[in-house]
Amino acid sequence: MLLKQLSLFLENKTGRLSEVTRVLSENHINIAAFSIADTSDFGILRMIVDQTDVALAALKQQGFAVYTTYVVGFVITNQPGNLYQALQHLDSIAIEIEYLYAFAHNGDAATVIKTNDNELTANTLKSFGYHLLEESEQFNE
Amino acid sequence: MIWNEHAECMEREQLIKLQNERLHTMVSRLYYNVPFYRKKLQEQGIEPDDIRSINQLKDLPLTIKQDLRDNYPFGLFAVPQSEVVRLHASSGTTGKPTVGGYTRHDLETWSEVVARSLYAAGVDHNDVVHVSYGYGLFTGGLGIHQGAQKIGATVIPASGGNTKKQLQIMHDFGSTVLACTPSYALYLAETMKEIGMDPSELRLRRGIFGAEPWTEEMRKEIEQKLHIKALDIYGLTEIIGPGVAMECEHQHGLHVFEDHFLPEILNPQTLQPVPYGEVGELVFTTLTKEGMPLLRYRTRDLTSMTIEKCTCGRTMARLHKFMGRTDDMLIIRGVNVFPSQVESVLLEMSETEPHYLLIVDRINNLDVLEILVEVNESFFSDEIRQLEALTHKIKANIESTLGISAKIKLVEPKTIERSEGKAKRVIDKRLH
Repeated sequence: MLLKQLSLFLENKTGRLSEVTRVLSENHINIAAFSIADTSDFGILRMIVDQTDVALAALKQQGFAVYTTYVVGFVITNQPGNLYQALQHLDSIAIEIEYLYAFAHNGDAATVIKTNDNELTANTLKSFGYHLLEESEQFNE
Repeated sequence: MIWNEHAECMEREQLIKLQNERLHTMVSRLYYNVPFYRKKLQEQGIEPDDIRSINQLKDLPLTIKQDLRDNYPFGLFAVPQSEVVRLHASSGTTGKPTVGGYTRHDLETWSEVVARSLYAAGVDHNDVVHVSYGYGLFTGGLGIHQGAQKIGATVIPASGGNTKKQLQIMHDFGSTVLACTPSYALYLAETMKEIGMDPSELRLRRGIFGAEPWTEEMRKEIEQKLHIKALDIYGLTEIIGPGVAMECEHQHGLHVFEDHFLPEILNPQTLQPVPYGEVGELVFTTLTKEGMPLLRYRTRDLTSMTIEKCTCGRTMARLHKFMGRTDDMLIIRGVNVFPSQVESVLLEMSETEPHYLLIVDRINNLDVLEILVEVNESFFSDEIRQLEALTHKIKANIESTLGISAKIKLVEPKTIERSEGKAKRVIDKRLH
């Protein structure tokens, strides 16, 4: 029910990001979503890729601090107002959102969200008819 | 298991009588054979026959590392060089190496105390002792080797380096005892994990670790990762090498082999003896060495001592696990800080060995401390909020333990240098 995301700890040093993408490219990994949360000292890179386990092993081997995190991924049809509607459903169950980011997927909009209760979030969205993104392999284009 | 019951379980009254006699002989030997000591003793108006009791120790002159450097290489030898059958030297971090000169009898004494140390660890002739201390001028390798040979164990002189090969040998030769530095033991464990080797594939049951201070938490981590009982051995080139003191299987302090090495704990500032149980600087007088005996040598190691009888039956004084060195100690904004304190805090918060580095600097005439901590499973979160909270928690714990505030910086794995010998934990930029 939940989507596997990769989270990396990166210091604010030149070349770290390109190093990550180099490793992914060498291992033929396709990136579906890519987001960075930054502070003055470091950043947390969050990614959805098409071969999560392969990417995890390859990055770990190169010495990166990379871990898997479970998040909720769901699809919204590409029209104004749909994200607002989805978030309203979540507000109604008093969910706390840790972070959220969105990306294009098959002509629609896909959203990744991490909350204080991922299971409840996923179930709620499902009950309102949202399609959940669960397998990372679907991000093969 | 006790190698030499007569010596190790001697009644303290008898031991003191023995020490009194040996101290007198030692002072005579130094007075008549070593010009450096004769001069010092004469300056204080002391003649050998004046010294009859260990209670008079505090009236005798101390010896410091600089004295060894000033008399490099053989100025402190008490025998002609023709009687010196072995030379060792320790690298030291500054200046000239520290030399050790041994007569044939000294080598026997050395083997004897290492034999005692191995037995104290529960090691006997059935064991396969894997020596990963460096062989060569360093006393670690050959020191353990001789003692292991004496008890009739199967000795593997692996020396240091080439970790993957060492693991292969350990596996194929069935090593049961590992002797190396505690940092190297953890490095071996890390490498085992990397190559996918499980500790149950090895036959290790005991570890004899020394040559650097290590915390209780580090011991637990080594025991857990390698599936062994890990024991602390103490020694230094100036005194003889490894085997000056050793933990018994009860892991309640290190027994000093007092019939050969007379210990004192002194206040490092006043140089007066402190009561049993109080922390101070460890000082040794060699009672039986012939080649290069030393009087009241300041080790710069900080610990405390007790003469309470141990459950193992040994009556020899025990030293508390070392708290660090007087020269490892940093003074930051007037407060004494030991890297081992930082290690304790981090180990409590982490499930795996923390890698950290203290960086001390002086900015605007104020000492500042920054501690780099490598991210690992315990020191990571996917959420900025949690990661910041973790950083603050580390900062708060460190402040309450050290007594001063430090900036905490999380860094990527493997950014902090690993070492196969003693780990470097401090960069003091103020010294430039």
